[in-house]
Amino acid sequence: MLTIATGNKAVAAAVKAARPGVVAAYPITPQTEIVEQIAEYVTDGDLESRYIPVESEHSAMAACIGASVTGVRTFTATSSHGLLYMHEMVHWAAGARLPVVMANVNRALGPGWNTWAEHTDAFSQRDTGWLQVFVGTVQEAYDATLMAFKIAEDERVLLPVMVNLDGFSLSHITQALDTVDIGDFLPPCHLPHAIDTENPLGYGPMTGPADYFRFRWDIERSMRDARGVIAEVEGEFCERFGRSYGPTEDYRCEDADVVVVAMGTLGKEAEVAIDRLRDEGIKAGSMRLRWFRPFPDLDLAGRDVVVIDRDYSFGFGGVVAHSIRSKAGVSPYSVIAGLGGQEVTYNDIADFVRDRCPGEETWFGVNDHV
Amino acid sequence: MSTIPEEEYIVKCTSACAGCSSSLCLRYVLKAAGPDSVLVVPACCTSVIQGIYPGTAMNVPVYNIAFAAAAACASGMSEAFRALGRKTNVIAYAGDGGTADIGVQALSGALERGTDFLYICYDNEAYGNTGMQRSGATPLGARTTTTPGGKPTAKKDLDRIVEAHNPPYMATACSAYPLDLYKKVKKALSIPGPKFIHILAPCPPGWRYPTEKTVEMGKLAVKTGTWILYEREYGRLTINGPSKTAMRRPAPLEDYIKGQGRFKNLSPEILDRMRQQIERNVQRLAREEAGAC
Amino acid sequence: MYEIRIHSRGGQGGVTAAKLLALAAFRDGKYATACPFYGAERRGAPVVSFVRIDGEPIKIYSQIHEPDLVIVLDTSIMDVVDVLQGLKAGGTVLLNSAHPITGCNGASLHVDLTGIALAENLVVAGSPILNTPVLGALAKMGVVTLPSAEQAIREMFADERNVKAARVAYEELKA
Repeated sequence: MLTIATGNKAVAAAVKAARPGVVAAYPITPQTEIVEQIAEYVTDGDLESRYIPVESEHSAMAACIGASVTGVRTFTATSSHGLLYMHEMVHWAAGARLPVVMANVNRALGPGWNTWAEHTDAFSQRDTGWLQVFVGTVQEAYDATLMAFKIAEDERVLLPVMVNLDGFSLSHITQALDTVDIGDFLPPCHLPHAIDTENPLGYGPMTGPADYFRFRWDIERSMRDARGVIAEVEGEFCERFGRSYGPTEDYRCEDADVVVVAMGTLGKEAEVAIDRLRDEGIKAGSMRLRWFRPFPDLDLAGRDVVVIDRDYSFGFGGVVAHSIRSKAGVSPYSVIAGLGGQEVTYNDIADFVRDRCPGEETWFGVNDHV
Repeated sequence: MSTIPEEEYIVKCTSACAGCSSSLCLRYVLKAAGPDSVLVVPACCTSVIQGIYPGTAMNVPVYNIAFAAAAACASGMSEAFRALGRKTNVIAYAGDGGTADIGVQALSGALERGTDFLYICYDNEAYGNTGMQRSGATPLGARTTTTPGGKPTAKKDLDRIVEAHNPPYMATACSAYPLDLYKKVKKALSIPGPKFIHILAPCPPGWRYPTEKTVEMGKLAVKTGTWILYEREYGRLTINGPSKTAMRRPAPLEDYIKGQGRFKNLSPEILDRMRQQIERNVQRLAREEAGAC
Repeated sequence: MYEIRIHSRGGQGGVTAAKLLALAAFRDGKYATACPFYGAERRGAPVVSFVRIDGEPIKIYSQIHEPDLVIVLDTSIMDVVDVLQGLKAGGTVLLNSAHPITGCNGASLHVDLTGIALAENLVVAGSPILNTPVLGALAKMGVVTLPSAEQAIREMFADERNVKAARVAYEELKA
């Protein structure tokens, strides 16, 4: 059905379609609209889920863990400080191999208080064993949330998935949304290690140095297998519903001499900058990085690369720029822009390309080159 | 004791310390709960007692979860089982640190939400698993590795915190009275909604008494009125037999204190404050049971 | 691309007006996005919302710096906010006012949305509803069609008085 919706409402609509058995969540700006909408679906009988209004994000993820291990489909949503508050449980969900799906509405971290978009919250969870996808449109927020359940619950993966959408600039923007009849796209959740009182097992007991690392390797093996599963699921989604996704969304990249790599809404806005640059005769393209874990193989060799990081790792650099430096073997021009919702327009992005200094880092809005 | 089932849900390969009363309690808890039960265990002695991977000493599923999260994890599990149409007992089994201190927020939330589960706190009055550091449940005067001069403040009144949530059933118990514990677990599991049982679980290495005195130590806690056995069903208080006797004719507090290394060299002032605490507690509960408050 | 900036105070319905406008444009078969700019402000503080309408998918998420149209739902804001900032040459200003306001350059239109809402008794929590009548004025201006404006209002609100108010505004809009 074609309508309009905000990014938050699109996520909630996808959750309704996925019919989780348990949703446990705690409100936080700018995610609150998701949990409010889900609570309304449950109250109105449009969604037959158990909605647990927990008292904190730590408990939200703990409740999802306790629910998921019974074999039911589970969902939660959070943002920023909420995500950091649940950090311990974020690790636990992955280590326990539970296919929890979480929407994280990307938001900066205090102090000072700032409720606008930034990716540092999600990147602070990058080593937890969660799959992480970043979306750029309301439609994609819906589609990626639906696919997240299928990917997470695949027996070759059995890892939780975090769907990331930019606070306010996507969570609160109204765009067209085509909701689908999912049919049998999402089969009932089947957890091979679900709790069975007929076959009692110990879950996560003391595990010594001779065994612990095997479980860690098992997570990495599944993370590697997840690349293929993601491709399969995105392929099936395209066949059924006609919308195509991949590890990146490439725009006018084929013959590009310079490629802008960005994530989320800045990655979409970059496409407008590319059109302007092409009009000037600059052969530019853009690559919106969608999947951050597992990190995809990127074909960027032999071209100038401009990376926009809406995040920062202090004392090190932009997280995406350094990921690309190490994984794609290029030395990008690293631009730190959009922190805490800093306004970045397509004109600014075009300037980043025009003024690029490969190998260097600059902070947008800060006069001195670093 | 004839009513207690023969079935064992803890097999004889636990990693518990000699004289451990909490594993004894868990044995009776599981006998009362039966096989269609799941234990949710946060970081505590039971994390170790259950056995080391790939083995387990437990014959019910045990879900281990991080320190602060037992009540929240159990909350999600209970809702999920109900969503699946299953009546499986969800029992959180947590120490005093995981209950009264780091886990109190999750416990409060789960109680307030009306979670259908049984939360059991086995209380050895310190962080036992890490080698006896003080917890909020450590009593006044007790020496721990972080209160080497004796704890200067009183034991946190966990039961009154729980009581403030008005759960349909809550009770205290003690490892030295296993039949009483068994009956309380049975009753708790017959009632829908949040239930809470607080078990005093003496700890030989932590309290510094000989292992064979574990039962005696629990009996003395009750007989001196230091620990009062009661039940509160839908708000109505019933003080149980052993404590009724103790409240009329308490054994001397010294009998309880003198056998424990943790109370070595108590000052007369501390001993006096301990007596006053017991007296206040006894009077408060007696008044409440008599309907005088 | 047609870019609209809406000025209002928190609680006056500027954000909903943006959504309604985007929905109406969408029902006209166009692409549209509505984007509120949230500050830390609470009820009563000046707020801005943005609407973009185009024949192609819209990929811009940043704020509108050079609007084609500025809508002012509360003219008292004009004392504290430069509502004309960045207005394109030949751009339009739509004011919620019973009278023209001097000092507004360019094509300035005005309509008494508050009066229309009060006449229909469209009041929520003591505040007149401005976001549905404004759609009628925008239809008159040709930003959206009247049938789509009415459809958008009906999709978001059950009370038919909202549609009636929009029609009154459509009739009353003056240059």
